Amino acid sequence: MTAGSDAVTSLLSIAGLRVAVGGKEILKGIDLEVRPGEVHAVMGPNGSGKSTLSHVLAGRDGYEVLAGEVLYRGEDLLAMDPEARAQAGIFLAFQYPVEIPGVPTATFLKHAMNSVRKARGDRELDAFEFKKVMDARLGELSIADTMVRRALNTGFSGGEKKRMEILQMALLEPLLAILDETDSGLDIDALRLVAGGVNAMRSERRAMLVITHYQRLLDHIRPDIVHILADGRIVRSGDPSLALELEKSGYAGLVSAA
Amino acid sequence: MAIVQETIDTVREATGSYKHGFVTDIDTDRAPRGLSEDTIRFISARKEEPEWLLAWRLEAYRHWLTMTEPLWARVGYPRIDYQASYYYAAPKSAADGPSSLDEVDPELLETYAKLGIPLKEQEVLAGVRNVAVDAVFDSVSVATTFRERLEKDGIIFCSISDAVKEHPDLVRRYLGSVVPASDNFFATLNSAVFTDGSFCYIPKGTRCPMELSTYFRINASETGQFERTLVIADEGSYVSYLEGCTAPQRDENQLHAAVVELVALDDAEIKYSTVQNWYPGDEEGRGGIYNFVTKRGLCEKRAKISWTQVETGSAITWKYPSCVLKGDGSVGEFYSVAITNNRQQADTGTKMLHVGRNTRSRVIAKGISAGRSQSTYRGQIRVNPMAHGSRNYTQCDSLLIGGECAAHTVPCIEARNRSAHVEHEATTSKVSEDQLFYCRQRGIPEEEALTLIVNGFCREVLQELPMEFAVEAQKLVGISLEGSVG
Repeated sequence: MTAGSDAVTSLLSIAGLRVAVGGKEILKGIDLEVRPGEVHAVMGPNGSGKSTLSHVLAGRDGYEVLAGEVLYRGEDLLAMDPEARAQAGIFLAFQYPVEIPGVPTATFLKHAMNSVRKARGDRELDAFEFKKVMDARLGELSIADTMVRRALNTGFSGGEKKRMEILQMALLEPLLAILDETDSGLDIDALRLVAGGVNAMRSERRAMLVITHYQRLLDHIRPDIVHILADGRIVRSGDPSLALELEKSGYAGLVSAA
Repeated sequence: MAIVQETIDTVREATGSYKHGFVTDIDTDRAPRGLSEDTIRFISARKEEPEWLLAWRLEAYRHWLTMTEPLWARVGYPRIDYQASYYYAAPKSAADGPSSLDEVDPELLETYAKLGIPLKEQEVLAGVRNVAVDAVFDSVSVATTFRERLEKDGIIFCSISDAVKEHPDLVRRYLGSVVPASDNFFATLNSAVFTDGSFCYIPKGTRCPMELSTYFRINASETGQFERTLVIADEGSYVSYLEGCTAPQRDENQLHAAVVELVALDDAEIKYSTVQNWYPGDEEGRGGIYNFVTKRGLCEKRAKISWTQVETGSAITWKYPSCVLKGDGSVGEFYSVAITNNRQQADTGTKMLHVGRNTRSRVIAKGISAGRSQSTYRGQIRVNPMAHGSRNYTQCDSLLIGGECAAHTVPCIEARNRSAHVEHEATTSKVSEDQLFYCRQRGIPEEEALTLIVNGFCREVLQELPMEFAVEAQKLVGISLEGSVG
């Protein structure tokens, strides 16, 4: 747990969060404070509740909140629709991005971007303006523009899907980005590209929650704080050296030591 | 791409579930209620028809009396009392026939303006749409635009009533040549009582310089609409034809039994697109149009007929636009999107009859069911013994929204020639929670997300529509599905 939490500067504040799926308690009391500019890594073995945490924060159906609260910029996050959360600046990079056949990626991106802009009171971009913005981001992430003409995620390789998630993040400019096992299924070159895209987005205003099973992603995205999630609880928090310790002793060693 | 976006934007702004539900307050001249030889004589007299046409109608009527209503479609409705309807309703001011748009009742112009159909040519010229329109209001054609300009190319585009008077030889030669007066219960009824519709003739080797379109509007209550459309593309010509339709919101069911006949002579091509948005009834299934329509095209050598339909309206749709591929090397296509919501029922598909050698057909049908609706694809591919080297490809995809609707696929394939290649693919899928959540996580509200996903599903078909109508159709997709999620 991060000590000395300060409600005024907190972007995300989770207190005593308990969540069940299908009657089974998965998260058993999570406390977490995330401030703007911070990059938190949440590490844990399979079944520890990592994905549940990311889904609950994004507002997916099928999760029953038993207790606790989540404040995002001081507001009750759990009362908001998924789209309202996205519009307020929460972005989830999916572990398994969804295919939407027949919808050209560029169409989807423009639609998403304008939905968010509209909700924030910004003017919507016309096709020409959008293309300029998109082309710039495509260049930064070395994504070929043929990819955005294909149907969203349809027939994309694992690496292409993950890069598409990062492209969306770059376009939507969230305040809180949750990366759910973004490294899974990536070879080392794809991992470098994706991590490069994420690092380029680090800023004073933006916080990130990097959820991962393995230490290797953290060689590329250096977190400020590392949390170990086990059996629905954060059992240890510390600086990046904690991830290295984990690498040596494994989850079993760390969890039993806690 | 931009179009999809614009459409979504428009959908977002669209309010009300059926926006064409208004009634125009206009004096109406009607035939006496009910159906008899007298009714038919009344219609024929009002239209000042020649003797041969009256005889043709009466023969159809006498044949119709011997027929029984078809019950094989997967649709359910109470028996129709054919004596309870009116078979002719015309705006009184048009009784003498307007000779120019200036004489058209301003109320009518207003109605079409509300529907977004420009009847004043200067509005069209101002760039709204490059389309010539024949507007059919209840039983009569009230206006046809661009007639003179089209005449310069020898193209005839007018109401079928005018065509009977001005081009009797063409009408007499082709009327009933593709859909005979005795074809089926509803087509035969139409042959007896058809009131108006559009006629079009494209001369040899001519490419029609603009889209032609018919816009049907049922306004009067307790009135059936029986229009008849005849399109003839002479050798080597090309025409793209559109039809659109709407009706007021009423508690009663109204019958619409139209016949469309297309004739594509050697090397001609006809592209016929429909955006059908008749009033679908309310959420409980009260009211709405019974859309029982016969559409068929005949292809001579190397001719091509392409049907594209977007069916979102009507309480019941019973419709199978078909191609008779008579000439060697002719091509038939059918692209369809049928959306049903609430209590709507649709039984629609196509027939491709391969008669000539090396004929080809392609069928892409997309059915979307929501609410408690029922949607059926029914198709027949028949390859005759002499149709050597014929090919067909059929793809039927059904998309289900929610757990109370149903989709059915009834394909019938008869290949009587060993060299024929016939392929059929079918899929059924649901709009997944994962897809909706993914869109919403990107800030897209749920109903818009659904519209986006469904438009993606229909994309292959919507792309076949002429540009301007593609936008309208995508808008309709969104409007038709309102209230089906959440």
